[in-house]
Amino acid sequence: MTEMNKSAQITSSASNRKRTSQYVAFGLFRLLSLCVVLILFAILGFIIYKGVGVINWEFISSAPREGMTAGGIWPAIVGTFYLMVGSALFAFPIGVMSGIYMNEYAPKGKLVRFIRVMTNNLSGIPSIVFGLFGMALFVNYLGFGDSILAGSLTLGLLCVPIVIRTTEEALKAIPDTLREGSRALGATKLQTIWHVILPMAMPNVITGLILALGRVSGETAPILFTCAAYFLPQLPQSVLDQCMALPYHLYVISTSGTDMEAQLPIAYGTALVLILIVLAVNLLANALRKYFEKKVKMH
Amino acid sequence: MRKFFEKIVAGLLTCSGFVTSITILLIVVFLFIEAFGLFKSKVIEDGYVLALNKANPVNRLSPSEIKNIFDEEITNWKEVGGIDAPIKVFRLENITEYYSEEDLGEAYELAGDKIAELVQRNPGMIAFIPSQFVKEGSNLHLIKDNNISFKDVIAGAEWFPTATPAPQFGFLPLITGTLWVSLFAILIALPFGLSVSIYLSEVANTKTRNILKPVIELLSGIPSVVYGFFGLIVIVPFIQKTFDLPVGETGLAGSVVLAIMALPTIITVTEDAMRNCPRSMREASLALGASQWQTIYKVVIPYSISGITSGVVLGIGRAIGETMAVLMVTGNAAVIPTTILEPLRTIPATIAAELGEAPAGGAHYQALFLLGVVLFIITLIINLSVEAISAKRK
Repeated sequence: MTEMNKSAQITSSASNRKRTSQYVAFGLFRLLSLCVVLILFAILGFIIYKGVGVINWEFISSAPREGMTAGGIWPAIVGTFYLMVGSALFAFPIGVMSGIYMNEYAPKGKLVRFIRVMTNNLSGIPSIVFGLFGMALFVNYLGFGDSILAGSLTLGLLCVPIVIRTTEEALKAIPDTLREGSRALGATKLQTIWHVILPMAMPNVITGLILALGRVSGETAPILFTCAAYFLPQLPQSVLDQCMALPYHLYVISTSGTDMEAQLPIAYGTALVLILIVLAVNLLANALRKYFEKKVKMH
Repeated sequence: MRKFFEKIVAGLLTCSGFVTSITILLIVVFLFIEAFGLFKSKVIEDGYVLALNKANPVNRLSPSEIKNIFDEEITNWKEVGGIDAPIKVFRLENITEYYSEEDLGEAYELAGDKIAELVQRNPGMIAFIPSQFVKEGSNLHLIKDNNISFKDVIAGAEWFPTATPAPQFGFLPLITGTLWVSLFAILIALPFGLSVSIYLSEVANTKTRNILKPVIELLSGIPSVVYGFFGLIVIVPFIQKTFDLPVGETGLAGSVVLAIMALPTIITVTEDAMRNCPRSMREASLALGASQWQTIYKVVIPYSISGITSGVVLGIGRAIGETMAVLMVTGNAAVIPTTILEPLRTIPATIAAELGEAPAGGAHYQALFLLGVVLFIITLIINLSVEAISAKRK
């Protein structure tokens, strides 16, 4: 009897220990996760709070005046927009074609693995190294000079691995039966891809592109030496002109201003615009993803 | 006809498949060529020479010795292998202390001879003069201008690229700065990252997950300038006040910002790895009487340890390569840090800060490219080890 009691006591204290250590551990995890959420809200909240008073139509649509102590950030917004379009024009075709090659044409095995390793490495390279490379290749060697062209090409290179990965995943998600069915009906490989596979994969690919562009809008290091200018008297007229850009603008205004008091609100405003772009991009990508998921389900 | 067209398209697609490989090759080529030009550059600034008295037996000086001589930290020739005599430093602007304007001639034509005279008269003198002032047959003994050596760069303890007469390109302050900031950042980020990923993959209910996941995505989407800006405005003054420092721009500020930036990487990869642990293993553990927490740390974590390691290593890679945020909050001191509460400089920040001012093709420019090469190699090693870890798992 006592032995049974003893073993019952041992079991229950062991399970007590298990329970308390679980409560402690999980409680700790909950706490730290809460901290992470709070950190995000602190950052966003701080910038929104300080920046919201600065943002008005005039701020967004007018050019900077009086040595950056007054006026708006319109040229920087335009410049960032040009860079986004430029890098998309460059990265989208190449990335999608590369993804198609990887998934549809390449012989499976060593080659695909090698290219995938190269792509992963490319996506892991720091953005400043891209900036150095962009300067050495596009600005100096190919002679484009500090220009939107050089900046877009450099940023495009940054995007290419992301587009490739999204394309590959999108293509992989399409079942082979569709491809086989199309071939069985007499279509060639190219026709199958162009008429059947690609349209199905496009939604996901575009979502990936939007996310990549969102990232590009905030990148500073690649454009530091390939395109960005602090102040330009007029908007860029051609792809060989320099442009202003939002992230570069924020960087310079917050680190090397002459009149910090007056420049700080502009800095907050710029930071807020940048964050709004990121938020908008994320929301758009998520909404698109859900929309297309629904469409596929309905079929 | 159509078959021909298809062949062309197939060829085009094949070419585009190699875009990433070609890009990496080009990066290597361009970076390395420019960077290794540094080792063909001379130690002494271009167009200048260091002239000594003929009797002085010293024949070569390392870059740090040159700098210390001209900073008057080395004051006697015997410290650099010469005779026991005090060093007298002479720069071109000093010439008016010894000679008047007429002696030198209108356009300084006679300066070369005058300087040669001066050096002859003063056996302990070392003159830093433009090479055009050294005439044929003058009794000047020029220091042998050797190329910058690998050791000077990798083991050099001073990064001072604008020093004259010999710019200092020692990488040690930058390498140690980068390592300190990144490792501290991971130390801070690891507990948070692991907790959140364990929480996300094992404990959280769907409602919490639907809040946490977008939060993580947003955190990873915020541009690094915005993080740097936030760090500059909030974290730097906070550190200054809490630790009572003269300036808040410290390695610690950089580590905190980097930790926040590396968190999403660590969390996503680690959570993915833990999610891949098969349910059957978890259920078996629970069936044997283990609590959920015991299952996690005895079954799930050991199973996904390679994924967790990949996540941490990728986070380290992200922290090492981060440029703007670190540039804005760690201050501007390219010196070897002794504590984390001092300003320091990392490799990417140095490249970003100085490339604009380095004349293209000059030694400084090449040194910055060499820094880029070092950074590239570090991230390559990190990426390849992550690949190796995940390959081993399979």
